[in-house]
Amino acid sequence: MSIALEINGKTLQVEAEADTPLLWVLRDELKMTGSKFGCGIAQCGACTVHADGQPIRSCSTPIEALAGVKITTIEGLGGEHALQAAWVKHDVPQCGYCQSGQIMAAAALLAKTPRPTDADIDAAMTGNVCRCGAYQRIRAAIKDAATTLSA
Amino acid sequence: MNIQSKLSGDRAALAPTRRDLVVGAVVTGSALLVGCSPLDLLNIGAKKLDFGAFGPFIKIGADGAVTVISKHIEFGQGTHAGLAAIVAEELDADWSTVKVEQSAANVKVYGNLLMGAQGTGGSTAIANSWMQLRKAGAGARAMFVNAAAAKWAVPASEISVKSGVVSHSSGKSASFADLLADAGKITPPAEPVLKDPKSFTLIGTQAVRRKDSQVKSDGTAVYTQDIHMPDMLTAMVAHAPLFGAKVKSFDDTEALKIKGVVKVFKISSGVAVVAENTWAAKKGRDALKVTWDDAKAEKRSTAEIVEEYKKISAAREGSKPFDVHGDVAAGFDGDLIKFGFDFPYLSHATMEPMNCVAQVDGQKVKLTYGCQGPTMDQTAVAMALGVLPGAVEIETLFAGGSFGRRASPSAEYVVECALIAKKIGGFRPVKLVWDREDDMTGGRYRPMVRHDLAIKVGADGYPAAWRHTVVTQSVMKGVPMPEGKFDASAVEGALGSPYLKATPVVDGHVALADSPVPVLWWRSVGATHTAFVMEHVIDQLAAKAKIDPVDYRRALYKKAGADRHLAVLELAVAKSGWGSALPAGTARGIAVHESFGSVVAEVAEVTMKDGEPRVGRVVCAVDCGIAISPNQIAAQMEGGIVYGLSAALYEAITFKDGAVEQRNLDGYRVLRHNEAPTVETHIVSSGANPSGVGEPGTPAIAPAIANALLALTGKATSSLPFVKA
Repeated sequence: MSIALEINGKTLQVEAEADTPLLWVLRDELKMTGSKFGCGIAQCGACTVHADGQPIRSCSTPIEALAGVKITTIEGLGGEHALQAAWVKHDVPQCGYCQSGQIMAAAALLAKTPRPTDADIDAAMTGNVCRCGAYQRIRAAIKDAATTLSA
Repeated sequence: MNIQSKLSGDRAALAPTRRDLVVGAVVTGSALLVGCSPLDLLNIGAKKLDFGAFGPFIKIGADGAVTVISKHIEFGQGTHAGLAAIVAEELDADWSTVKVEQSAANVKVYGNLLMGAQGTGGSTAIANSWMQLRKAGAGARAMFVNAAAAKWAVPASEISVKSGVVSHSSGKSASFADLLADAGKITPPAEPVLKDPKSFTLIGTQAVRRKDSQVKSDGTAVYTQDIHMPDMLTAMVAHAPLFGAKVKSFDDTEALKIKGVVKVFKISSGVAVVAENTWAAKKGRDALKVTWDDAKAEKRSTAEIVEEYKKISAAREGSKPFDVHGDVAAGFDGDLIKFGFDFPYLSHATMEPMNCVAQVDGQKVKLTYGCQGPTMDQTAVAMALGVLPGAVEIETLFAGGSFGRRASPSAEYVVECALIAKKIGGFRPVKLVWDREDDMTGGRYRPMVRHDLAIKVGADGYPAAWRHTVVTQSVMKGVPMPEGKFDASAVEGALGSPYLKATPVVDGHVALADSPVPVLWWRSVGATHTAFVMEHVIDQLAAKAKIDPVDYRRALYKKAGADRHLAVLELAVAKSGWGSALPAGTARGIAVHESFGSVVAEVAEVTMKDGEPRVGRVVCAVDCGIAISPNQIAAQMEGGIVYGLSAALYEAITFKDGAVEQRNLDGYRVLRHNEAPTVETHIVSSGANPSGVGEPGTPAIAPAIANALLALTGKATSSLPFVKA
């Protein structure tokens, strides 16, 4: 099918099968490879993007469900977002493969909850696995970015 | 695998080093290929590498910016920053502008000096590179100093270098860029003068931070999965549902109807579906009908394997001694305290599943992927394709984690990709994608392990005689062992333990079981189970003797002369507030373990929550020699602890009638944000050469939890994971 997707503020016309998950359209068709493939069943969060501001797992969201939805990917965050600066400041990434998803989940959290508690962070981030175990640095970086954004 | 092992002469004679093993694996491959052996064969057909004036590890641009060439892959462990800092320190480069590039695959130039092959593992990247890169940095520095001395007509001894600026006491100064042309003509000294570590200005400071955090935070870091090349195809493979099964027949009618599927064919490991994109490849594979021949497959369930291991252990069938000393015949009379432990298969479950990009055209082979063991992979691919190993060109990318998974002597997924690319031919790029299910059911697990112990306690409450039997599969299956030697990685950690050294009579044996289930090293290898057994048994013996577990360890370390163990123990005890009051329902547990030349003590604070152990705080003390990057050492302790904690609490690969029961992260539970502890890392000040940090954080956490639960509930733990599915 041919479908118009609104990604990072641009309308992009995509040719793909209707059941194709957004992740594979982003990665294989649009060559936007920041969102990662980890599990394919919405269990690891590496593919997290925003759909109308809500964090979704793009590996399990077919494109046919996304007409008229505003999608934001890690590429749309700009590279200098307070979260990304905090990630660098705390040297959060190790292998780095899950971090796009972690940052997108955290960005959705801060948009809704500018000063998150530990319980808020647990609730928002528990769907995002990091096998390198950067969890405590991610938590510190989210709090740091929250402070920056609220200042 | 214990490269840094301080094995005594007789033990060293029994246990081969990882160098023996890796060279063994490589040479076996080469010998099969060309009928004779040594590593030089790997260079036949290799592209000649062209270095600049500063050699294979350092490039300096016209702007004076220094690029350090890393022979080791970066997959999270912080090696790129550590290696670059070693060069920058001796070169006195401007650290803020230092960059890191990945080397080519070339064993002669970029071999791991502790392995004999090019590869990353065994927490050796920094340890084997330490003197090599210091000399490279110091040599380049001398070239700049001598160039300036000649230019300014002053003695070299009066010249200093700081942050990439060369200066003379007269006030003259020049940047690396200014002196580049002249310095490039200077012959570097054969044995450059190295700094006294006491005068280091970069190493050991908080300035040594990762160089890749930005690209790994904005989505631009490139992993294998991200590779797109013109005309590239994507392949997925239908793998056998049972280990040891083979393709009998297949029907590709429906698969070929999927839009985007280009070709379907049989390869040695299954049936390949090649398509124009990943989704088509997956749908094509789903539509494929394969009939399997499982005559030689593993068909047992986990409980049967556990029972088999118990039987082998009781009879010590085909076992070999790993540590036998004292009067064994007389030592075990009287009452013995018995312990038995069972450990499951574990998946590495890296965030990025296995994958590879290959291009093949006759004798021309190019691989692009997160390559952990270039020499092993070159050898395996060369054998599979019938080309010369040196002709296998490898471009190494970042990898989304490994934890041992990507250092597979059979290089199975790399070979799989190469075979598919050969069939496609014409140097057309093919990306092989393993999805999570392929990855999790694809084997190369941490092997199952059984330990049985029978210990006689002396009148003083300390062990007088220690009988120990380990049953497991060898990760070095198929690699010929020198006569009388065995795979020491199966028992490392029991082998070399200060507790065994302090025990007058020891009867330690290892028996290797066999199975078609392929196994592999998994972050900290033998220590993943030996640390648990040794440390949890010690706490149980201390409890029986009514001695505080810290005091009990102190006494044994003193008796064994284990000064480094004692030092990390004392540091962890002091920093954790050992012995001070905790809220009701929370208890501390301690464990200490040496692996890969580093010694780590961990104190875990554990509470039961909803019937599961929850670890709130971990205090970690580490002695890893000279600390190059305290920040990244802490990161590795944090990560190593989370990795070990995740496995200890939840992880197990189990079998039902030979089929793996966990297929994805819904069935294979891993630690998540809400279950993660706060880790505090303290580094012992040391002047010794650096040892590993990638793995040594992992072993001690599981026994520390078991020991906390023993204190909390009075109950000992005899199998992992703590939380049963």
